[in-house]
Amino acid sequence: MITVASGTDYEARPQWADPTAGQARAVQPGQLDTAHGVILYLEDITVSFDGFKALNNLSLNIDVGELRCIIGPNGAGKTTMMDVITGKTRPDSGKAFFGQTLDLTRLKEPEIAHAGIGRKFQKPTVFENHTVFENLELAMKTDKRVFKSLFFKLDSEAHGRIEAVMKQIRLDAHANRLAGLLSHGQKQWLEIGMLLMQEPKLLLLDEPVAGMTDDETMRTAELFLSLAGQHSLVVVEHDMAFVEKLGGKVTVLHEGSVLAEGDLATVQADPRVIEVYLGR
Amino acid sequence: MRTSYTERTARLLGPKGWTALGVFLAIMLIAMPVLHLMVPPGSPLHVSNYAITLMGKILCYALVAVAMDLIWGYAGILSLGHGLFFALGGYAFGMYLMRQIGLDGNYHSPLPDFMVFLDWKTLPWYWQGTDHFIWAAILTIAVPTVIAFIFGFFAFQSRIKGVYFSIITQALTYAAMLLFFRNETGFGGNNGFTDFKRILGYSVTAPETRVVLLGLTALALAGTLVLGRWLVTSRFGRVLAATRDAESRVMFIGYNPLWYKLFIWTLSAALCGVAGALYVPQVGIINPSEMSPASSIEIAIWVAVGGRGTLIGAVIGAVAVSLAKSWFTVSFPQYWLFFLGFLFILVTLFLPEGLVGLYHKLRGNKVDASEPAFTPDPETVSPAAAKASVAPSPRHLTGESA
Repeated sequence: MITVASGTDYEARPQWADPTAGQARAVQPGQLDTAHGVILYLEDITVSFDGFKALNNLSLNIDVGELRCIIGPNGAGKTTMMDVITGKTRPDSGKAFFGQTLDLTRLKEPEIAHAGIGRKFQKPTVFENHTVFENLELAMKTDKRVFKSLFFKLDSEAHGRIEAVMKQIRLDAHANRLAGLLSHGQKQWLEIGMLLMQEPKLLLLDEPVAGMTDDETMRTAELFLSLAGQHSLVVVEHDMAFVEKLGGKVTVLHEGSVLAEGDLATVQADPRVIEVYLGR
Repeated sequence: MRTSYTERTARLLGPKGWTALGVFLAIMLIAMPVLHLMVPPGSPLHVSNYAITLMGKILCYALVAVAMDLIWGYAGILSLGHGLFFALGGYAFGMYLMRQIGLDGNYHSPLPDFMVFLDWKTLPWYWQGTDHFIWAAILTIAVPTVIAFIFGFFAFQSRIKGVYFSIITQALTYAAMLLFFRNETGFGGNNGFTDFKRILGYSVTAPETRVVLLGLTALALAGTLVLGRWLVTSRFGRVLAATRDAESRVMFIGYNPLWYKLFIWTLSAALCGVAGALYVPQVGIINPSEMSPASSIEIAIWVAVGGRGTLIGAVIGAVAVSLAKSWFTVSFPQYWLFFLGFLFILVTLFLPEGLVGLYHKLRGNKVDASEPAFTPDPETVSPAAAKASVAPSPRHLTGESA
């Protein structure tokens, strides 16, 4: 099942401050093709661990520029789904495509990252011995092969981009602070900032507001809303207030497949969803 | 600590460091030859043959220690098999030295003595060309490089890490030692190579040759320190440290850690090969005991004692432990290994950052507090950015948007 484009034309959008786009493309053999308006197709994905089906014929499509929330009880397969998309786990069967042409089940993790999928983990993982600035600099979209890294020089354009992202994630005052010394919420933001530095087309965010204060949560929602449109976002979250604030379509996962899909009010009224959340 | 990773690594060889490096080279390249060759042996200023050789030997160890620090300190990969690469470099160059003996061996044969003893009539194929200095010099670097590359490729490809990697490297060097112990392998069995006579036609034992070898070793060490500093302060070095701290994150932001690890691992092995080649003519012997597990562990201890991830710490550790060893093995030969083990435990428990860490602690970490804010590239930083990075803005704390 292929959803029709929602009107956003990603490729035509001017890419802000992207000096390395052409260069990085040359490295990537397959090009991202979103002509049909869909950026991610998952079709009949099944993953089992020792007989336990973590994902069971999961099918899901994400449109270009969409902000999609994924909810579901523990063990519903949310993290496994992200593992499949980022190449960490290979599905037993099914198809996973990024755009029309990039087969995610064949690409390696760094290749998938280069193709334009950025992932934020449940537990914030930043480079604790590096400063905020250095964390962002390492994440920056550029040629990441060994010899390029040896002779890399930071130009003023790249410097400007790092500054811009630091403002966006409200860490501009902490540029020289070691990431290990940031608060939990700040580490979450830094990690999101690192994703933005890679200029991903699709952002996967696993419980991005876990451990944040209410105030931080709301500001994160604002940040995500400002990113939607430019990027496609898939957010896995338990915090319903946060999901509500994001608006957009919600997908409910249960036992490795899609149980319901629609806006939050609709899925919350769905009797099957109520049973899954309350019935056990 | 608010200084950046790069800033902290760059400090290792700041203006003071460069001065120290210059002084070191002046001593090794000018003062030592003068004191050894021109000052008469009776004078208290005369540097003896023994001292020159000892210094040369220790500088070779220091070079190995720096190579070890590059992978252990900066990439977090503990190799317990670095003695292998050192020994391979030594053997490769030792082949040349054996060929240089010519007809002056005990059996006056063109073949090395041990081959005559084994009743071999011709040189094995892998000894071909070793009478050429250039070929031996190439082998010195190529053999450790190729072996490290192949081994590293499969180990890192299979994502073997931590203690498992250490154990495998230990097994590798042990297996190589057993291989080299065999007479049939063609490297002199348990006696290895010794009784060298000449290098490039000059007598190995001549004072002038010793002084030149010492100078070359000092240059190699200085060059390695400069190269190491350049590597760890580059973006490459930052990626390496990031891989050490959070490898999966590194992969998800698009780096392939395999090539980063493999590069530094192979380079480290090549540097060990160079150290081995410089070591053999100065010490006059190479045998399989250099590949023993204990020798490789000792390399790790040098780095741990000096302080990991500091480069200069590796030099300090290698010099301090080796000097202690020269004294200990003369005064209390049977207790050296106990002392070494004890030292390792002490350092691990009380000095996790080694002697360099102790030095910083004694100076009260004043360096960190007074350090100016890090600016990655002074020419390109706008004044606003520099200002913003001085202190956390109170605006941020009150939750107002920037």
